[in-house]
Amino acid sequence: MLAMPPVDHQVVARRAAIARALRAIVPDGVIDDPDALRVYESDGLTAYRQPPLLTVLPQTTAQVAQILRWCHQQGIKVVPRGSGTSLSGGALPLADAVLLGMGRFNRILSIDYQDRIVVTQPGVTNLAITRAVEDAGFYYAPDPSSQIACSIGGNVAENSGGVHCLKYGLTTNNVLGVEMVLIDGEVVRLGGATFEAAGLDLLGLVVGSEGLLGVVTEVTVAILPRPETARALLIGFAGVEAAGQAVAAIIAAGIIPAGMEMMDKAATHAAEAFVHAGYPLDAEALLIIELDGPQAECDHLIDAVRAITQGFGCTSCRISETEADRLNFWAGRKAAFPAVGRLSPDYYCMDGTIPRRQLAHVLRRMADLSAQYGLGVANVFHAGDGNLHPLIMYDANIAGQLEQAEAFGADILRLCVEVGGVLTGEHGVGVEKRDLMPAMFTDGELAQQRSLKAAFDPDGLLNPGKVFPLLHRCAEQGRVHVHHGQTAFPDLPRF
Amino acid sequence: MASVTMACPRDAADLVALVAAARAGATRLALCGGGSKAAFGAVPTGPVTRVDMRGFAGIVDYDPAELVLTVRPGTPLAEVETLLAAHGQMLAFEPFDHGPIHGCAGGAATIGGVIAAGVAGSRRLSRGQARDHLLGFAAVSGRGEAFVAGARVTKNVTGYDLPKIACGSWGRMFALTELHVKTLPRAEMQQTLVIDGLNPAAAVLAMSRALGSQGAVAAAAHDPIARRTALRLEGFAASVAARRALLEGLLADTGVLGALDADAATAFWQGFRDLAALADAPLLWRVIVPAGHAPGLIEALELTGARWLMDWAGGLLWVGTRADGALRSLVEAAGGHADLVRADAATRGRIPARHPQAPAVAALEARVRRAFDPDGVFETGRFGDS
Repeated sequence: MLAMPPVDHQVVARRAAIARALRAIVPDGVIDDPDALRVYESDGLTAYRQPPLLTVLPQTTAQVAQILRWCHQQGIKVVPRGSGTSLSGGALPLADAVLLGMGRFNRILSIDYQDRIVVTQPGVTNLAITRAVEDAGFYYAPDPSSQIACSIGGNVAENSGGVHCLKYGLTTNNVLGVEMVLIDGEVVRLGGATFEAAGLDLLGLVVGSEGLLGVVTEVTVAILPRPETARALLIGFAGVEAAGQAVAAIIAAGIIPAGMEMMDKAATHAAEAFVHAGYPLDAEALLIIELDGPQAECDHLIDAVRAITQGFGCTSCRISETEADRLNFWAGRKAAFPAVGRLSPDYYCMDGTIPRRQLAHVLRRMADLSAQYGLGVANVFHAGDGNLHPLIMYDANIAGQLEQAEAFGADILRLCVEVGGVLTGEHGVGVEKRDLMPAMFTDGELAQQRSLKAAFDPDGLLNPGKVFPLLHRCAEQGRVHVHHGQTAFPDLPRF
Repeated sequence: MASVTMACPRDAADLVALVAAARAGATRLALCGGGSKAAFGAVPTGPVTRVDMRGFAGIVDYDPAELVLTVRPGTPLAEVETLLAAHGQMLAFEPFDHGPIHGCAGGAATIGGVIAAGVAGSRRLSRGQARDHLLGFAAVSGRGEAFVAGARVTKNVTGYDLPKIACGSWGRMFALTELHVKTLPRAEMQQTLVIDGLNPAAAVLAMSRALGSQGAVAAAAHDPIARRTALRLEGFAASVAARRALLEGLLADTGVLGALDADAATAFWQGFRDLAALADAPLLWRVIVPAGHAPGLIEALELTGARWLMDWAGGLLWVGTRADGALRSLVEAAGGHADLVRADAATRGRIPARHPQAPAVAALEARVRRAFDPDGVFETGRFGDS
């Protein structure tokens, strides 16, 4: 089991008194019944489960401030939680920590179409923002695969991306401001309805800080007019090298597609068997390229992309003529994770980023590792930005395979770092990759980041045990495991 | 007057030694690149070592297909832009040389200075600030430790996003020694469409309608002297033509949308970089405000005799004044903030260059700076607090 910070048994012993104190702040929002608490014992990283000490569900910024101030005074740890869809265990509770659920912050506060901004409470889902503005022709650009469930506050914590982030950016590029409560109860506003904040860009620091710096109680986001049209191409290649070269050539031609996805042969076969999207089964690599914008631009770029990919010897090329075609091209890609789940009793999802030019090399090394470990792997790849999701197939019922899969996965992430990439492109460090951080940062660099944490939270009470390796230990455990297709959110697409 | 010594470090080890010496002695380290923004902020009051970062120069790695440039911070901005242009790419946030704003010759600005000051030009409206394009960096902290942050890939959430606070850090906290910057394709063509004769409120409204449409406007500015509102389109020729037609239809009730020829367009946008129209204003302010509040703020500022230029569709006002007067309180009332970009030394000693923060935010910001620079080695008094 993953090591977490030592449990403070004195705090656990005070559980009833803590519940009373929190009820005085939020009379209708404290959960201390052990059965009811099991709802909160895990997030999207289901391998790890731990019921919280208790859960509190505030409704106002003032309540959040009172809760944090009281916990700070009492030395009680706090784990913030949005919708709990994190794939890296960012909202994993602790036995001696209050779980602060932000789900009741569920209202959009204002929409300003003239300045194209939405002010919302953090518990509103990502997709709900788009739903609120789509009739006026607008949308919120970042679209993580969990967007029907994940909250915008969680997106801020994780700096969530999506398949369109090459062109439209991550959460950090689309958020203008937050209201945030510090651990001592101080309420600060960082940024707002302007293009930049005064002073140091603390907002930029808070986005992606995985709940370690403060609790966000309000978010201001930028919205964009929805593109006039979107079309997609489905292009097969006889080799990964040629597909990678085609991607580089598309970008070199000055084209930044709205989305550019690659699947290897294993992932293509798995997806085709699952959703029958008409994928070419002879392709060693399959590209899905989406172009959006004015009709004239899409038409122009479709021709340009087709010509480039033909120059690199594509073996097949289909172009969406209707919206149904386009969605069908995407259907297999969006079902790739569950599709692999049908081929193997268990799979383990990784999330590294590499410089794109290293793709063929990394896939070759991964094939070697696959042979060495005796475990299959299928790859889906956000080809535009180098974010790779290898899916390692294993069977947890065979003794030793889980450990083998974990070792394989850690080797893949070290390989990503070795070629100039990173441990996580979009899923976050959480508890999952915490102990791999030394592969990317020296002790001094981690100490520097910890001292930054201390500037916000000197006692380390907010979301302890996440992002940074625990001091004085270095076990490497904990990954996204899916057993018989059972995930925490089986109805959520993951891609 | 403060005593000033000079240092020209060549590598991180030199910087580590400089920081160690500064921590041991009484001197503070004033980092500088080409000096194009040296007149921003107060003149240092204590003993200062002026650290010329131009020894950290040169391109380290550039593979256009990766959309990433690794460059040392002392490299001239012009050199970076020339290199990228040769490969059909650009820094999409459109940084520019501040030398002319301060009455200096152009060409001295460095990429490190652009990042440290968070400089972004007119295209910021559509493509983001410097902070949206810095992917990673190496630096030497005020603790005297070399460290890296971020990475050289575009999609990365590993650890805190320190590149964000590097942009606009103004050489406080740490000395940048290497930068990983995102690059993007340069558009096949640009076209600037203009409507003449609008007042500020009508201009802001017209720009807002254009930005809310599928016209994909790259930049939008208003010049009150010419009473000219400009929308810049960028992209493939077929797309620009389609979007021009769309905008002509959309804004037909506002006025005739004419197109500037290439030279006139270049001159128009150059006016929003060199700010020649405000060259004789003793005080120059960079005012960030919600675009919808810009017309009301302008009205209030004009009553004080201020003159202005409007960029970012109203989100950025360059304001020239004779004295500091009530500008910051008017800007705050409009929900914005203002940096003092240019003033005589006495005024700069009296008025902080950066807009004062709410006390809780100022305290937090100070703690963040101390996390990198516990002894204030990089605090020269230029920004008021130390």
